[in-house]
Amino acid sequence: MVLTKEQSSILNGEQGEALAKVMKTLVMYGEAFEAEKLVPITSKYNHLVTSFGLKVMSPVYDLMQQLLDAGVCSGQKFSVDPRPLDKNVPANPLQRLVFNKFMYTKQGFYEEQLKKLGLMNENAFSCTCYMDEMGNKPKKGEVLSWAESSAVVYANSVLGARCNRNSGIIDIMGSIVGYVPYFGLLTDEGRRADWVIKIKTTKKPEAQLLGSAIGMKVMEDVPYIIGLDKWLGNELTPSTCAYLKDFGAATASNGAVGLYHIASLTPEAVELGESLINKDAKEYIIDDYELERVKNSYPVIWKNPNAKPKLCFVGCPHLSLEQLKEWTIRIESELEKNQRKRVVIPTVFTAAPSVLEAFEKTRYAKRLKDTGAITSYICPLMYMNNPLCKKMPVITSSNKLRTYTSARYYTDEEILKAITGGKN
Amino acid sequence: MRKFQGRVITPGEVSAEAVVTREGFNTLASLQMALQFGDKEVKCGDQNNKELHGKPLINKALCLPQTIGSTTGGLVLYCACAMEKNPACMLFANHIDSLAAAGAVLADVWVDNASMPVVDSLGDEFLNYVKDGMKITVKANGVVEVE
Repeated sequence: MVLTKEQSSILNGEQGEALAKVMKTLVMYGEAFEAEKLVPITSKYNHLVTSFGLKVMSPVYDLMQQLLDAGVCSGQKFSVDPRPLDKNVPANPLQRLVFNKFMYTKQGFYEEQLKKLGLMNENAFSCTCYMDEMGNKPKKGEVLSWAESSAVVYANSVLGARCNRNSGIIDIMGSIVGYVPYFGLLTDEGRRADWVIKIKTTKKPEAQLLGSAIGMKVMEDVPYIIGLDKWLGNELTPSTCAYLKDFGAATASNGAVGLYHIASLTPEAVELGESLINKDAKEYIIDDYELERVKNSYPVIWKNPNAKPKLCFVGCPHLSLEQLKEWTIRIESELEKNQRKRVVIPTVFTAAPSVLEAFEKTRYAKRLKDTGAITSYICPLMYMNNPLCKKMPVITSSNKLRTYTSARYYTDEEILKAITGGKN
Repeated sequence: MRKFQGRVITPGEVSAEAVVTREGFNTLASLQMALQFGDKEVKCGDQNNKELHGKPLINKALCLPQTIGSTTGGLVLYCACAMEKNPACMLFANHIDSLAAAGAVLADVWVDNASMPVVDSLGDEFLNYVKDGMKITVKANGVVEVE
């Protein structure tokens, strides 16, 4: 890798040992991908994936402390993934004990570290930092040092920014020195499609299911998707962006997709069309049968597969304001149909703190509360990341949550029926 | 015995028993519970990976195409190395992915006495040949012997 004079001086330790180790990390990381240079980060803000003060992650906090002790901090302010705990979310006394006294004992300590390193503000905790209410929305062509798989795939695909699927810790190291290695999704070549996906379903495909099918098929390759605009239209409306958010999160967690193109919809596909497709691209056709096959392949790891669900999470990744309003309307309507007033399964809708603040200012907030549903800013994945939850029958419409926990996946429609006491 | 030539990502020499996945290795899903709740064998917790689920990973030669999933993957791998709960080595059939590369590099630069050789680009034939329980020897030059 060819470094500039400034980059070489950092690597040689002229600005301190800690900064030299940060630069060495980035150079070795780039060299693993034959990167020939480091390029400047051009976004205003960074986004980090590590938001949780898990006791077991002590090596991460030790590393952060080494940076702070050396006087090193991020050159950019940053947002970070959601907090893991919220007392509004149902939990039994044993769970609370495990959360507070065993698992997340480093939460306060780590949040103090984040503030010192450059956290945007007290509310900057969400996996959907790109929501207007959150204020961390990069522009097309900007170079990022983000982590969080769902945010990276959204920034690349829907916003047209340029970011590799960076790991936690690598994310902040980029913004400490101000550079990232130039490879992969930062390059024009790396953004070309290796797969053509043809959508031939008879109805609008469930976002999280479609994303799962594509992620499992293409792994980390770039898919170019044809036929989805038939169902989504040709404009990036709030509802389409919400669909793409959920779709992308599933491609990234069920596979390792960092960028997708959707014909006639996403910015680079609109601009460059099928010239983005590599000549030897493979093909994958998705019809109703294929989506059903994928759904049926998900393992059910509940001890009793017929257990009555005790909790439902919707909002992984975090919901948009539009989605919170839509869910309110749909729950009200379904409850009325089922001649009920309140949801029959404790249900938590998760969204960014600033999105929840905006929601609270609308007439929908009280209406949703009246149905018995709960809103929260937490990360459902962090809530469920313990053996106690493994024994608890939790349902979700998030394919990401299903992948990492014992939560059982259902489509949005099935979830709606389950929580309102309707029949599936 | 067969030899496969790969590319060295982080150097080292080691011998260990193979555990093999032909699907992507989801680092977070595989390691999170084991690290968090002190599973000494570091059994794979990824319910979606039928080849690895429930198998011990510590001190094994993990043979895989690439890693997938959450971008916490690299730091989870870094923590596993810092806690000495890592596989003996990671052997990738494909080009290494960004999350695994991050984990390997973070461990190499930031963990004193880290020891997890990582070799990539061993080819599809490597994964077709290697089976659970085979003896793996990794050489410093990226040669992987399988017997």
